[in-house]
Amino acid sequence: MKILVCITHVPDTTSKISFVENDTKFNTSGVQYIIGPYDEYALSRAIELRDMAGGTVTVINVGSADAEVTIRKALAIGADDAVRVNADPADAYFVALQISEYAKNENFDLILMGRESIDFNGNMVHGMVGEMLGLPSLSPIMKLDIQGSTATMWKEIEGGKEVVTLNMPLVAGCQEPIAEWKLPNMKGIMSARTKPLKVIEPVAVADAIVASKYELPAARSGVKMVDAATPEKLFELLKNEAKVL
Amino acid sequence: MSIICYVECAGSTIKKSSLECASFASQVASKLGVRAYAIVIANTDNAQLEMLGNYGIAEVLHIDDAQMLPMARASAIYDASKSINANIVIFPKSVSVDGFASRLAVKMKANMVSNVCELPITDGTFTVKRSLYTGKAFAITELKSENKVLVVKKNAVQPIVTQDKASVKKISFQPQETDTALKVTEVVKSSGDLLLTEAEIVVSGGRGMKGPENWHLIENLAKALGAATGCSKPVSDMDWRPHHEHVGQTGVKVSPNIYIAVGISGAIQHLAGVNTSKCIVVINKDPEAPFFKAADYGIVGDAFEILPKLTDAAKKILT
Repeated sequence: MKILVCITHVPDTTSKISFVENDTKFNTSGVQYIIGPYDEYALSRAIELRDMAGGTVTVINVGSADAEVTIRKALAIGADDAVRVNADPADAYFVALQISEYAKNENFDLILMGRESIDFNGNMVHGMVGEMLGLPSLSPIMKLDIQGSTATMWKEIEGGKEVVTLNMPLVAGCQEPIAEWKLPNMKGIMSARTKPLKVIEPVAVADAIVASKYELPAARSGVKMVDAATPEKLFELLKNEAKVL
Repeated sequence: MSIICYVECAGSTIKKSSLECASFASQVASKLGVRAYAIVIANTDNAQLEMLGNYGIAEVLHIDDAQMLPMARASAIYDASKSINANIVIFPKSVSVDGFASRLAVKMKANMVSNVCELPITDGTFTVKRSLYTGKAFAITELKSENKVLVVKKNAVQPIVTQDKASVKKISFQPQETDTALKVTEVVKSSGDLLLTEAEIVVSGGRGMKGPENWHLIENLAKALGAATGCSKPVSDMDWRPHHEHVGQTGVKVSPNIYIAVGISGAIQHLAGVNTSKCIVVINKDPEAPFFKAADYGIVGDAFEILPKLTDAAKKILT
């Protein structure tokens, strides 16, 4: 089985978000970058499937050379080889097109990624890659098992889940609890250094969506405490002061 | 040119988030001086469909097929939008929409943005504000392509409600084979529960609840308030509660009027999922819990004593 896992290189979930240059650029100073948490679920499941059924796991990232630390981590966790499309990931369409251009001649059985990146939260790339390649796409997928050429999946729906089956090839946006994250071991870390990481140039896209300005949310005005002996006072405040009840 | 919005039903009733989205679409249409349409793919009655007129929709296109698969929906909306020459398609944010809306953007060669949280600026440009970094920031972005797809967050607009009725047109759609390859073999749904993403009030519990056997305290308060229940990530990781109740950065993102957090310390990943709530109430026995810094109201004390008192008070105040 041939699996492609698309990974993002994003600020750690605990990062403090701020902007520089008149609020036009993300402030990378002091920010720790990680594999997108949803992407890491996809990667972990891909490795498990390969270990059970044989095959290869290739990771792809659309990003600058800075992302190579993150790509090497994916190799250390267990991917076999990697591709970096050498470009800033301008928007979802741009990223999806780069992935599709790479994947169209590679005959992957599965193209997995997170349901969304945790920086732009778009939930778009899986559907776009599916449409561009003429493949079915599904998201969010919480469980994925393969038997022969058929995938059986749990797809989250509002207030529950659906059990669905589909023949491969397919594209899926993943989320927990599809697999447990895997920690790279020493052997993985050593071998990651020499695993192939191919850098390819992007195809051009007109009219990418670029943010002209960023803003931070307004701070809350401060907490007002209610005495634990008379918690019912809370509702008076919600009704008469905050006017939300 | 025209605008079309996609409207979701829960059973045969139009979801509140979709009514908001219909109002959003019709307000954009009136800014641009174009006609506002809606497309509904569900089993519902004419009274529901005509009621979209109250939210500014002129005409509703109705496909009576609640079982239509997600990929087929993208194709059906594409065909419908071509038939009315729509260049802007507006979706309400939902777990279902997130699964297929971007396929439509590729079909339409449209610029697409998600998590739109205000009406666009239409001063010759079409400029939107959307949230990113899971609600920790916003971006102001101009969409330059002729066709546009927007996914709109809850509470993005104050709905304008009138007495107008929409006209209803039945349409049909025959999906292509590739859109119907998927087979749904089982649907598992916790019935009767209010959807987290639709609720005006959410009561969430964390590790401070000590175990799933104590969840009736959360559920009783939620019931008294007409609220949905949520939980923190550790709680769903330990299987005290199902995953679809996990609120936070890697779970459900909510923006209710009131978010009540009980026994949740307030890790930044949890805050990311709730920080667009209008009012946040934190109940925790630890006065140093970081969540208090992000709250509007706080109570320091034992949840096991406070929750029953609050439930009784809620029953009185709301009856």
